[in-house]
Amino acid sequence: MIKLVDIHKSFGKQKVLNGLNLEIEDGKTTVIIGRSGGGKSVLLKHIIGLMRPDSGQVLVDGVDMTKLNDKELNEIRKKFGMLFQEAALFDSMNVGENVAFPLREHAKIKEKEIWEIVADRLRAVGLTGVEEKMPSELSGGMRKRVGLARAIALHPQIVLFDEPTTGLDPIMAEAINQLIIETQQNFNLTCVVISHDIQSIFRIGHKIAMLYEGDIIAYGTSEEIRASDNPVIVQFLAGSIEGPIRIM
Amino acid sequence: MRLLAAIFDSLGKSVLHAVEEMGRIILLFLSVLSWMVRPPWRLRNIFKQMEFVGVRSIFVVVLTGMFTGMVMALQGYHGFRMFSAESMVGSAVALGMTRELGPVLTSLMVTARAGSAMAAELGTMKVTEQIDALYVMAANPVQYLIVPRVIAGVIMVPFLTVISDFVGILGGYFVGVQILNINSGIFIKNITKMVELNDIYNGLIKAACFGLILSLVGCYKGFNTSGGAEGVGRATTEAVVLASITILISDYFLTALMF
Repeated sequence: MIKLVDIHKSFGKQKVLNGLNLEIEDGKTTVIIGRSGGGKSVLLKHIIGLMRPDSGQVLVDGVDMTKLNDKELNEIRKKFGMLFQEAALFDSMNVGENVAFPLREHAKIKEKEIWEIVADRLRAVGLTGVEEKMPSELSGGMRKRVGLARAIALHPQIVLFDEPTTGLDPIMAEAINQLIIETQQNFNLTCVVISHDIQSIFRIGHKIAMLYEGDIIAYGTSEEIRASDNPVIVQFLAGSIEGPIRIM
Repeated sequence: MRLLAAIFDSLGKSVLHAVEEMGRIILLFLSVLSWMVRPPWRLRNIFKQMEFVGVRSIFVVVLTGMFTGMVMALQGYHGFRMFSAESMVGSAVALGMTRELGPVLTSLMVTARAGSAMAAELGTMKVTEQIDALYVMAANPVQYLIVPRVIAGVIMVPFLTVISDFVGILGGYFVGVQILNINSGIFIKNITKMVELNDIYNGLIKAACFGLILSLVGCYKGFNTSGGAEGVGRATTEAVVLASITILISDYFLTALMF
């Protein structure tokens, strides 16, 4: 289980996370929603130890990520996969080598087995025969699929998604949503998705958390969030200009 | 009075920034040293970088070295002729190349070609989250990206300097003997008489230091890039300027120590 306890994080004078608390359940998809620039990515980077909080604890299976040294952090990161917003595929490697990368780094298996897993993971995201292509030859949707194949290559317990449908057309966005649902079920993953795509969040999220002014102001199932009368959530879901969320 | 205060304020800030940056580069160097001795040793990455930094720089280094040797012979000839010592041209070219111009010009050319590319490549990786992806996949970016580049810089710049020294002297020989009619035997004898092995060794030690500087600065600037495409451009320019200045300044101190 991932548990964030009283997380504070500031950049200069700007407070981004302000005493944030959140528990993420195992084997479920939790979607964190909130405004662009509201600290969602910062929160995700805290979960995987890319950023350290000014104060507070990030507990992954009871281990406080904020207290670990580089070596210990690397060990615990093997439990994670992450799909970045722009997929973050290595430009210098082809698709196959990208997916094979975590396997080559950490799985002590033969080259033949590596390529079998690569083909299997690419098949799982609906791609076949693209191993030789370079990332620059792929469309946005394909890049994200390859990114997901790489994220699940080592069969992680937890996969983090940074705005997986941003920049995609509605059909491709739906395809990615479907893929997240299938992958979560097939690999029994704990998924943490950050998004502000209203259609997607209710489609994929078992639990939804709303981040506002550095804290989680609501947490619940899709139905609970939809039924919420909190003016911030109502305004956010309606995409209205009028309301407590101010446009800067 | 206010203007004076503003000038001192800005001067102080620049000095503080420079000291802070130097400290960060030294910290990166220590990190490189500590990751260098830990497995896995990424030989494939190291050889790839050695090819990029070394083999692909040969053409530009040969061209620079040869014309530098040639122009030194030409200039030296006119100088030495004033007191009838034309035969010293060979040793002047050889000493100049091995002690100074070989290592300095080679490393400046490699800075422009490979140091800038290091900053641009790592900078692009930084702004497209590829470096974060390495962290997430539990692969340390210092070990994966920077260590191979620094090793390649330290090993290949001295090799390129040897080539530069050689073709520089060859260029000097061509101009001195073939064009300016200096006696070939005297030209070569003066070189062997005046140039000691120490001159060559010290030049190569300098080259290794410059290789370290250019790769470390290139990687540091790339690794700390922010702000999209503009940031990558800025990091690349800053890497070339900072590495070139550091090479020229450290050249003075290394020379003072060695010769």
